[in-house]
Amino acid sequence: MKWLNEEDIEHIAIGASVLGTGGGGDPYIGKLMALHAIRKYGPVQVITMDELKEDHWIVPISGMGSPSVLVEKIPSFEMLMAPLLAYEKASGKKIDIVMPIEIGGVNSLIPVAVAAMKGIPILDGDAMGRAFPEAQMVTFHLDGLKPELVTIADEKGNTVTIEPADGHWSEKIARSITISMGGSSIVADYGVTGTQAKKSVIPGTLTLAKKIGEILKQPRNGAVHPIEQMLTLLNGHQLFRGKAVEIKRGIEGGFTRGKAVFEGSEENNLDSCVLSFQNEHLLAEINNKPIAMTPDLIAVLDEETGMPITTEGLRYGARVIIVAFPANERWRTPIGIETAGPRYFKYPYDYTPLEILIKEFVPS
Amino acid sequence: MIRLGIDVGGTNTDGVLLNTKNEVICSTKTPTTKNVFSGIQTTIKELLASSAVNVRDIKIATLGTTHCTNAIVERKSLNRIGIIRICLPSGTTVPPLVDWPEDLVDKLQAKTALIHGGYEFNGSPITGIVRDELIETVELFRDSVDSIAITGVFSPVLADQEKEVAAFFQQELPHIPISLSSEIGTIGLIERENATILNAALKNVIKHVAEGFEQALVNESIHAKIYFGQNDGTLMTNVFAQKYPIFTIACGPTNSIRGASFLSKERNAIVVDIGGTTTDIGVLANGFPRQTSLAVEVGGVRTNYRMPDIYSLGLGGGTQVTLEDSAWKIGPESVGYQLPEKALIFGGETLTVTDVAVGVGMMQMENAQEEKLLSIPTQEIYPQIVEMVEKAIDRMKTSGDDVSVVLVGGGAALMPATLKGASRIIRPEHAGVANAIGAALGDISGTCEKIYLLENRAHHEVIEEAKQEAIQAAITAGADPDQIDIIQLEDFPLAYIPGEAILVRVKVAGPLLLESVK
Repeated sequence: MKWLNEEDIEHIAIGASVLGTGGGGDPYIGKLMALHAIRKYGPVQVITMDELKEDHWIVPISGMGSPSVLVEKIPSFEMLMAPLLAYEKASGKKIDIVMPIEIGGVNSLIPVAVAAMKGIPILDGDAMGRAFPEAQMVTFHLDGLKPELVTIADEKGNTVTIEPADGHWSEKIARSITISMGGSSIVADYGVTGTQAKKSVIPGTLTLAKKIGEILKQPRNGAVHPIEQMLTLLNGHQLFRGKAVEIKRGIEGGFTRGKAVFEGSEENNLDSCVLSFQNEHLLAEINNKPIAMTPDLIAVLDEETGMPITTEGLRYGARVIIVAFPANERWRTPIGIETAGPRYFKYPYDYTPLEILIKEFVPS
Repeated sequence: MIRLGIDVGGTNTDGVLLNTKNEVICSTKTPTTKNVFSGIQTTIKELLASSAVNVRDIKIATLGTTHCTNAIVERKSLNRIGIIRICLPSGTTVPPLVDWPEDLVDKLQAKTALIHGGYEFNGSPITGIVRDELIETVELFRDSVDSIAITGVFSPVLADQEKEVAAFFQQELPHIPISLSSEIGTIGLIERENATILNAALKNVIKHVAEGFEQALVNESIHAKIYFGQNDGTLMTNVFAQKYPIFTIACGPTNSIRGASFLSKERNAIVVDIGGTTTDIGVLANGFPRQTSLAVEVGGVRTNYRMPDIYSLGLGGGTQVTLEDSAWKIGPESVGYQLPEKALIFGGETLTVTDVAVGVGMMQMENAQEEKLLSIPTQEIYPQIVEMVEKAIDRMKTSGDDVSVVLVGGGAALMPATLKGASRIIRPEHAGVANAIGAALGDISGTCEKIYLLENRAHHEVIEEAKQEAIQAAITAGADPDQIDIIQLEDFPLAYIPGEAILVRVKVAGPLLLESVK
């Protein structure tokens, strides 16, 4: 058992931006929610996967909807609690532990605020190991689990309980309810026992986000560059170093889809790198050849500060280091690739793991 | 008619007089004084002494000043604040001031009220204003606050509730100034609220500045209409500045950019302003400074109101050059205004960027003891200095094409005749006081920043509506209706909201309608 303090929250927010791969909403508002909740209700206990008991009842909690709405119409404490209370009512079971459904972006920290308020621990793990845009893109779905119960609440006192047919329907119905609630909601779904969690949850990701934050935040004393240290920690690779020269954004089906073009610096001269994103970065190509693709993680870091840059914050002239790291093995299975691979996002490639693409890559 | 422009910077106070054709009659540079007004007074005196102008012809006096920035950074002379957030039932998980530096919070002695209200992103009310809550808040604020900041959920989409609450307080506490977030910031409630609170905290400061400036003018028998430089490179009337003091923050670099545009006749270029300690690099887009779209920290507080997109380098004429591990390191420390005694060529002990520029023959200085530089490999160091600037220029460009670069500021002479990425280099006359010229010239602007839903409206229709709103705002602020240009027009999609919501940002500007100063 460990406790999260205010400094940990700062570090998790940075790590969550990296694991958010450019999307997942700005962790800033989640950071403020978590900080204020800890000041008001006291520190939050973190429970590791090893400490889980078989009959623990664990419920993931997350924000759904538009980050632009979340940063304007900020949740109330009642709104954070409502989905859990509805979940307990509908399932007839008391919730022992909350967990993040995704570790990237704002949803890494909303459950911390909930845990502080409810006075229960948060699980050190999540169901994505990163951020993804759709609700069925979770390890529970890969394991054939259905979100048998989904509760959704807004700040106005509306709480909706649904029993969806499967993960895809859950995503569809929850999203349309979220829109009618005014564009953002708090959702509880995929409640699991300790036994199921041990099978499905990606362990240690909250601690991983914290470690990434600690690495990137440390003073530069020249020994090993923080980005190098981070890549070692994540088994990652530096794909490209250069400058953003073109960013195209458009809206498709409620998602920001676009491309960002980068021009190489001296060390990979004449090369150009294109990132394609749908909220998150999903595909990296160098000289028109894929070098990293979803479900593997692609992150853009500021060359100078090492801090992650979101797809919304990316602008012409930004000097960046583009890095990638392998997704959790769970995503590299046939069903993982079908759920969140390049073809699902309408990119014309079959999934190839990052380490193979790197090995095969021949610079021009 | 003559215009007087003054720009108070961290190091120098610059002044300039312009004639009807906007030609420079005379200019001055004096060190900024601790009591800023004595420096301003000196500047005005010097300008009048070195020219034969008739003080009665000076009709417009503009001031670009760092007073407000300093007040926030130094936590001085700030008002006691009443904070109203129109948000319940939302918003309670992040109350106001959560992320503020503690010493600043202590200074504000804030009284905070969260009340019912706010809108959805499409402008439908979440709930109405509750009168009893307003009455309670009035009692909370009475006799304990000097300035009020009001922020409502989605007020950038619809500001009616903010105005309703403001009207109530105007009536109950008539002498307390009110700041509305919808007039200051954009989407992102916390950052907008922060900017609104800072604005409210600066009311005394700006009042004191206006009175001091008026007094300095009256002392020289000048009876001119007062304007303030604001951070989009345009002017605001004194009345407007009293309402929005926060818009004076970071007006120094924008004055330089505007001045550079006027002096060089360039409307699209990179402006490099090299001072004694820093180099500020900004972008001219259609004759105005480009704005940043990212959150900007002011005195340790995260805000999202419009700010110029400026990249600052620790590089100026007084920047120290040191040898570390057999490599030459440039800055960031600077000898600043002590250059004339500390630099090697003036008999000092410190190797500075100015020494290096003199060593390679780029600059000539009177009384320079160039023999002091014989042991210094200036030819090896100088390219490093140039490369710093070239890299920063590249960072600020909007495309891969070469662009015109305008060099201004006291250190412009440090740079060579060509720079990588520059199609040409322009060094206008009077470049040393470009900032004061920019302050004197300023146009009047109007902006509109709103979220529109495209569900049953055409894209071009909402853009047109936003344009008209911005134009109206500029006319209200005193711009000539016949000469208003659109200088910025952008729209961004909002992610995850099906039904196509877009954020539209329009800025227009035009010269002062001169009738208004007769």
